[in-house]
Amino acid sequence: MIRTLFKLLVVASVVTVMQFSPAAAVEPDEVLSDPVLEKRARSISEGLRCLVCRNESIDESNAPLARDLRILVRERLVEGDADDEVIEFVVARYGEYVLLKPNSGGSNLVLWLSGPAMLLIAGGVGLAFLRRRSRSVDASSQGLSADEQARLEEILKE
Amino acid sequence: MPIGHPRGPPYNEFMITELGHFCLILAFLTACFQAIVPLIGAHNRWQGWMMSAVPAATLQFLLTLTAFGALTVAFIGSDFSVRLVVLNSHSVKPMLYKITGVWGNHEGSMLLWVLIVTLFGGFVAWFGSALPDSLRARVLSVQGAIAVAFFAFILFSSNPFLRMAVPPFDGQDLNPLLQDPGLAFHPPFLYLGYVGLSMSYSFAVAALIEGRIDAAWGRWVRPYTLAAWIFLTIGIGLGSWWAYYELGWGGFWFWDPVENASFMPWLLATALLHSAIVVEKRESLKSWTILLAIIAFGFSMIGAFITRSGVITSVHAFAADPERGVFLLAILAFFMLAGLTLFAARAFEMQAKGVFGIVSRESVLVLNNVLLAVAAFVVFVGTIWPLVSELFFDRKLSVGAPFFNLAFTPFMVVLGLILPVGAIFPWKRARLQRSLRPLAPAFVLSVAVAVLIWAMQTERSALGPIGFFLGAWLVSGAVVDLMTRTGRGGGRLGRLRRLPRADWGKAVAHAGLGVTMAGVAGLLAWEAEDIRVAQVGERFEVAGYGLTLRSVREIEGPNYVAVQADVALDRAGVGFTVLQPEKRIYPVAGMPTTEAAIDNGFFRDVYVVIGDPQDDGGWVVRTYYKPFANWIWGGAILMALGGALSLSDRRYRVAAGAKKTQAKAVAAK
Repeated sequence: MIRTLFKLLVVASVVTVMQFSPAAAVEPDEVLSDPVLEKRARSISEGLRCLVCRNESIDESNAPLARDLRILVRERLVEGDADDEVIEFVVARYGEYVLLKPNSGGSNLVLWLSGPAMLLIAGGVGLAFLRRRSRSVDASSQGLSADEQARLEEILKE
Repeated sequence: MPIGHPRGPPYNEFMITELGHFCLILAFLTACFQAIVPLIGAHNRWQGWMMSAVPAATLQFLLTLTAFGALTVAFIGSDFSVRLVVLNSHSVKPMLYKITGVWGNHEGSMLLWVLIVTLFGGFVAWFGSALPDSLRARVLSVQGAIAVAFFAFILFSSNPFLRMAVPPFDGQDLNPLLQDPGLAFHPPFLYLGYVGLSMSYSFAVAALIEGRIDAAWGRWVRPYTLAAWIFLTIGIGLGSWWAYYELGWGGFWFWDPVENASFMPWLLATALLHSAIVVEKRESLKSWTILLAIIAFGFSMIGAFITRSGVITSVHAFAADPERGVFLLAILAFFMLAGLTLFAARAFEMQAKGVFGIVSRESVLVLNNVLLAVAAFVVFVGTIWPLVSELFFDRKLSVGAPFFNLAFTPFMVVLGLILPVGAIFPWKRARLQRSLRPLAPAFVLSVAVAVLIWAMQTERSALGPIGFFLGAWLVSGAVVDLMTRTGRGGGRLGRLRRLPRADWGKAVAHAGLGVTMAGVAGLLAWEAEDIRVAQVGERFEVAGYGLTLRSVREIEGPNYVAVQADVALDRAGVGFTVLQPEKRIYPVAGMPTTEAAIDNGFFRDVYVVIGDPQDDGGWVVRTYYKPFANWIWGGAILMALGGALSLSDRRYRVAAGAKKTQAKAVAAK
């Protein structure tokens, strides 16, 4: 209780500090004996959010709930689930909030497409600008512009 | 002479705190004056009114400095009649952290923020005599307006000088995670960067009011942008380094909203830095540079808003204390609307002069700006998406590291690819083959490095080869860039030494980016980890290193108790160091922290953390092998160093003193 209160206080007061509880998460007793399975468990855990933490995956968090989820993931893997099935199982239970990499369906298309779309727009504007500038370079490359002529004379006078 | 005068409790400090409060109010009033009078003066060409900005800026800075000093005195003396000190300090805390506690909280950090606003204004007042009087008056006016907004914010919603009705015996301590040298100086650097961008904003808005922007403007605004960028680079680097050694598992970047809040201004400041060069050298990209300057400061304020209001963490946190958030949002909205409206009204007057071909340094710099701006946009959308999604689509979701790694990284890869090309292209018009020829050896070398690494690594991951290709490409590209500047024939080394510092700065900063990219890729691709229960005396191996848990004991620090372990490190049986990881508990805050012990090396870190005791008498020991970790921050240091070299270039110092020589010449006539 006191710890939660303190955490709230810290969230309100800290400058640009990320709120992570220190100490890494995975305890030795959780680790699976099969290294291939354990590796899969770790990579799945990295994509699942600890529900009671701030922007931490269950792989990084030492919260009890994160531990429960890690064990759950490993249980499913031991029972022979594929990676996707494990993730689907967790999402079905806790909602898409647990996914650190959001789905690309529905309104999330906006999130996923905003970067490429903006790149196209910005690239298009940039290219249009460049072509305009370079067209004038063709026009002006024949000789000096009036401006440049004036400046040249000024320099020569000095 | 009165001897043994009873030094009663805190009556002296009483007066100092009230003096600070009073100075803050006076500074607010001075800022109001500075925001209005010089602006009117510049409009009507009234010399006296314009020049009043200079003493006003000085006075405002001195008053704010006094206020900040008064708060610092309260923290140093642990004056528990001040509410802020009670909430964030403790009498047994080490002195360093009593002082850093001044800005380790909301109210104090805002006071630091506004102190830096006035400091930057002061720089224009003290060293800006080369600027035209009207431009200087307008810049200081805009800077004054920014100060007004933040003074009002502090005085009306976040006053650090409030007293307690009943002072308690002791304070509640600063978050133990913050009691660390790396983090103690992280916020001031970030703020210097954020607020430095307010100078770029002020210059942009002043130029819009003035209706004039030319190469000289580019030269004046660049040092401030460069200074802001250097501070942001150091601030972000410090924060990342702190996270690496303090959080206990060696993560260095989390794509957390508050981290993104500092990263977006950095990306935009980097873009601004490069587009301002085009304005300075080629009188082109003017309106874009102005827009970028306005938006970059906007993102600084968004950063302040995100961290201060807690809105991204949770919509509910925002509702719990809406006053501050709404206040900051109003400041942000006002300055962005004002800047953008002015931009819309005046930008078309900015006629671009320079013409250039498609293949030219200008073009690559445009591409650099497109990439950086879109990358910042991606980070922005990802950061606010959980909020947008919940408000408008009723979907509660998270956007975390996996998204950002995927959506952001490609931009940096392309940026790294084009950078050496743009750096070596001539202005105006380049001949593709002739310009690229000097880079051929660098390219071959980089490909060779990538192939070698691909062949050496056991896993078929592209991350390491790509990262090291970019690293080698950027570093060797920077060397080629320097060498081509020295011409041909003998005496090249001498000429290399005499190159302008700006050239050196550019090469060093670009190489720094390469070092960081290689470090990030190397660390992520080849790190190894081991988690186990170890008995005292047990030896185990991780990534070719042997570790022996020799002993575990309890120790006592100044304001914490800790469990400390001795872990001996050996390589093939030959011991070379003993690491002492700790697990601390700060009783006042009731919070545990882990102090990892790290054996730093040029090519790798070995990172050891001691965990909880087990029933069978063993201890949880976590060991991480972190290859190339120090390259990440080494690269950041190189980038900041490059910026500093460039900032010290003769051309900016000459620009600062130009007017005086001119004045002397006139007097001589």
